[in-house]
Amino acid sequence: MSIQVKNLTHIYSEGMPYESVSLNDVSFTLEDGEFVGIIGHTGSGKSTLVQHLNGLLKPKSGSIIIGDEDITNDKVLMRDIRRKIGLVFQYPEYQLFEETVHKDVAFGPTNLGLSKEETDLRVSEAIELVGLDYQEIKDRSPFELSGGQKRRVAIAGVIAMKPEVLILDEPTAGLDPKAHKDVLEMIKKIHGARKSITILVSHNMNDIANLSDKVLVMDKGTLSMEGTPRQVFAEAEKLESMGLALPPAAELMNMLRKRGLDVRQDILTKEEAFQELLRLLK
Amino acid sequence: MDNIIKIENLIFEYKRDEDQEVIRAVDNVSLEIQRGSFTAIIGRNGSGKSTLAKNLNALLLPTGGAVYVDGYNTRDESALWEIRQRAGMVFQNPDNQLVSSIVEDDVAFGPENLGVEPAEIRFRVDEALHSVGMFEERKKAPHLLSGGQKQRVAIAGVVAMRPKCIILDEPTAMLDPKGREEVMEIIQKLHEEGITILLITHFMEEAARAERVIIMNKGAVVMDGTPKQVFARNQEIRALSLDVPLPVELGERLRREGVGIPEGIITAEEMVTFICQYK
Repeated sequence: MSIQVKNLTHIYSEGMPYESVSLNDVSFTLEDGEFVGIIGHTGSGKSTLVQHLNGLLKPKSGSIIIGDEDITNDKVLMRDIRRKIGLVFQYPEYQLFEETVHKDVAFGPTNLGLSKEETDLRVSEAIELVGLDYQEIKDRSPFELSGGQKRRVAIAGVIAMKPEVLILDEPTAGLDPKAHKDVLEMIKKIHGARKSITILVSHNMNDIANLSDKVLVMDKGTLSMEGTPRQVFAEAEKLESMGLALPPAAELMNMLRKRGLDVRQDILTKEEAFQELLRLLK
Repeated sequence: MDNIIKIENLIFEYKRDEDQEVIRAVDNVSLEIQRGSFTAIIGRNGSGKSTLAKNLNALLLPTGGAVYVDGYNTRDESALWEIRQRAGMVFQNPDNQLVSSIVEDDVAFGPENLGVEPAEIRFRVDEALHSVGMFEERKKAPHLLSGGQKQRVAIAGVVAMRPKCIILDEPTAMLDPKGREEVMEIIQKLHEEGITILLITHFMEEAARAERVIIMNKGAVVMDGTPKQVFARNQEIRALSLDVPLPVELGERLRREGVGIPEGIITAEEMVTFICQYK
């Protein structure tokens, strides 16, 4: 399944003193199986964009075609959109509410009207997929878990809906380095297992560089850049002008280049930076 | 040495709701924080760093041992306001810390509660807003600000109480890179103005900007020194499931290949300066 966004425009508080154009004529296509990173300064429109993708917001104009269906069409049922597009919000653990982990993860599938057997199967699958032991954790209270575990349970709740597109908004914010790495590994695993489109919204340029096939850069409500991580992060000046940073390895190379050293412009990872410095210094 | 905070054999225990098991979150920690210093505390979630921080201004009271803030024992209930005024706290989520619908009212909340004279409040609020670079936004509603701006307002609210020490518990965790840099610059400025800073963070690059780095694990202090001293022990740090700044890791790998990068290099600026001289 692919996603085509065409000429999407959204205006917040239209007719009010704080009226602002939050999306301005945004168009792009995402192919089936792609891992897509979305970056942008706070207020650049990235959250507004993803909220359109699962029907939480309706555009002023433009269309969003998912598979062969335009979800901006009023006749499309919200439930069908939500089933297709799973959105994991920032700090999703704040949305945990049930007595047990099993009940919490089962909430979505139950509301889809699935049988108990199918629901139980999906819940155990989803919990294993986020890297937790189903038998060990299913009867525990979600509120007694560690921060990283709570977040996994919350993500499992979305995965159990078997969405065809999974969107994660800042899934690693506030986690310690170990939990951060674990959650990233988990996202990679889910993407590999489901082979559908995964969209990651993040301020962490290192994660975006390491995971994405394609990067979308939002700035002031418009899509200002689109390409592979290598193409996007080679444009250091342009990103800087939008208040965005480079991945740390790319930034180090950029600083060396500014001091007149002849180093590669398209370095993204720690490993590449190491090889390039070794070549330079040996 | 003049210490603003003195922690003696601090133990903090609580009962876990689930099974009533006693958890020791802070396990016999002794530390002295020098007046005017800038200290970063790092450690995994659950390592006890936030619990330690909350013991520093009597939000939590010790199970064992004692904490002194500017000479006041935090167990002394009659000294509570003296302690809270001296040691202000800033938390992770700015939305949970702002209470008013106008920026300057929010900053005035603390001094009002201290019973400061109205004219003096006006002066302190303006001064605090200037010091965090938010004076122009003083009439705005907090919800119209960016995350970094909100966090700066929260810091101004603490600054207006004229604390001698500010404890910041992951103040940049919810911010974008620009907001994070804004807040770090304010923290450094407050430090230069003489306020003691205790910064709890998961970002090693932020810790590298402090004068002293403390690493906590399982409720105990496991490392304590200058950023150069602490980050030089990068294998031990990684064994604690923590990261080291990128330049430290690259430096270590290059040394193994026979490139003479000195051990003390911990920031990108230092790395670049060294490489330019080396070439």
